[in-house]
Amino acid sequence: MPSATYARRTVTVNDEGFFEEPDQWTEEMAPEIARTAGIDELSEQHWRIIKFMRAEYAEKGTGPTVRVLGKTSGVSIKELYELFPKGPAKTAAKIAGIPKPRGCI
Amino acid sequence: MTKRIVILGGGTGGTLSANRLRRVLSTDEAEVTVVDQDNEHVYQPGLLFVPFGLAHLEDIVRLRQRQLHQGITYVCSAVDHVDLDAAEVHLENSSTLTYDVLVIATGAILVPEETEGLTGPGWMEKVFTFYSPEGAAVLEAALATFDGGRIVVNVVDMPIKCPVAPLEFCFLADWYFTERGIRDRVQLTYVTPLDGAFTKPVASKRLGGMLAEKGIELVTEFNTGSVDGAAGTLTSYDGRVVAFDLAVVVPLHSGAAYVGRSPGLGDELNFVPTDEHTLQSKVRPNVFVIGDAANVPTSKAGSVTHFEGEALVENIGRYLAGEALDASFDGHTNCFIESGFGKALLIDFNYDTEPLPGRYPSGVGLPLLKESHLNHLGKLMFQWLYWHSLLPGRDIPGVSSQMPIHGKKQELSRS
Ligand SMILES: Cc1cc2nc3c(=O)[nH]c(=O)nc-3n(C[C@H](O)[C@H](O)[C@H](O)COP(=O)(O)OP(=O)(O)OC[C@H]3O[C@@H](n4cnc5c(N)ncnc54)[C@H](O)[C@@H]3O)c2cc1C
Repeated sequence: MPSATYARRTVTVNDEGFFEEPDQWTEEMAPEIARTAGIDELSEQHWRIIKFMRAEYAEKGTGPTVRVLGKTSGVSIKELYELFPKGPAKTAAKIAGIPKPRGCI
Repeated sequence: MTKRIVILGGGTGGTLSANRLRRVLSTDEAEVTVVDQDNEHVYQPGLLFVPFGLAHLEDIVRLRQRQLHQGITYVCSAVDHVDLDAAEVHLENSSTLTYDVLVIATGAILVPEETEGLTGPGWMEKVFTFYSPEGAAVLEAALATFDGGRIVVNVVDMPIKCPVAPLEFCFLADWYFTERGIRDRVQLTYVTPLDGAFTKPVASKRLGGMLAEKGIELVTEFNTGSVDGAAGTLTSYDGRVVAFDLAVVVPLHSGAAYVGRSPGLGDELNFVPTDEHTLQSKVRPNVFVIGDAANVPTSKAGSVTHFEGEALVENIGRYLAGEALDASFDGHTNCFIESGFGKALLIDFNYDTEPLPGRYPSGVGLPLLKESHLNHLGKLMFQWLYWHSLLPGRDIPGVSSQMPIHGKKQELSRS
């Protein structure tokens, strides 16, 4: 398993950089992960989504898809793409320190 | 005392579970009632062939009630909502059914109106879908008069029924225009939200390779935000544009609308939270789920629904007898992928094992992940098996509910 270092701590990630163990994540890590994903500054809206992702993961064992995020987070899909241009579900999951959303088969 | 089992939906899953339940439980033990909103049972895999004139609607539709065995009550009405606390189903015809066990088998519906512009100008004129009987029939006429330009096949987002069907549509379109002698004037493009042709790595590579061989362009990670039928464009949420002369769109899917009207029954997309192995719902112990209505992590397919039947019926029997549920569904999925020119591929997988090459169900069986004429015959045979084995709730000889492992080339598996 590859690892990465954020906020001076080593964490386990998969090939694509998604956390394998969400418990290793701390809030201080988020801005650093965000920069690696091309987001220089985390706004309040970003944080709202990051917290939402972690809560959903804790409850359901997988992060939500973009469509579910658009229906449940209170932020529209259009705005979600403005916040996370490279794909809201994946980028937000990465910054929130949860595994890659399982998506659908 | 006689128990009341109410099954909502008389499609693939509702019909096969009613017939299986009727066989294992006597009429003294249980009443079995099936509710559906209409009396036309469509063999949905046949819809793929309609646009190419290879099947006609009248060949793939039969009376719903006829597929239900003796001793099963059929009620023709739409469900308005379920009251989980009272264990009651309220129907649109104003009557109420009470149940000891409820089976949700109402499948998935198309929600094209959720995508901006999709049902606006050009819908059913320039922008089509083959996922509904009406759509497939209108598309047949449109393809017959199409004599050149760019056809775009687009999946808006997962989950969809039979995730290989849009790929099969591309392969058949390649064959269709070759037959008509105008393939060089038709550009085919497959536009998907996935990062490859399919979800699972080995199959995705193989299917991606087939698209390239057939000269079908592949556009990946495209999340369709809007469709403009008049201008002939698809626009993704991240601002990319794909132009078309004719678009074939697989719209977003949801669970049935009444699920959303039933407090506590569904998730955000109106699918029902379900234990992926026992098929008992997570919302109430006396509610079970089969087929596309469940939120289990496997394909929404008739083959899956068929394989689920065995565990579902066993577990309902155990639940009624007050025993622990021990029948377990492994996520087994088995799909023929029609690839045009009288050939097809076969893929077979479950929750833990992705589709692998080899042979099915054993070393001397049908070739897996490889084009062959035999698999095409298998695909055609599936229609006969659907009416004569699947729906009556019989096991298919040589095809078990659990995924077989011998005959498969394991070393190609990644993890
Ligand atoms: C184009 C296409 C190609 C396909 N190809 C394949 C294939 O090759 N292989 C394969 O295995 N699968 C294929 N499938 C998928 C397969 O048809 C479905 O997965 C299967 O039919 C699911 O069964 P089900 O019982 O869950 O739902 P369905 O068979 O769709 O039944 C749901 C039933 O519920 C009823 N209903 C819904 N809402 C209400 C309500 N409010 N009140 C009353 N009744 C209601 C509906 O009328 C319907 O009869 C394909 C599907 C499509 C669309």
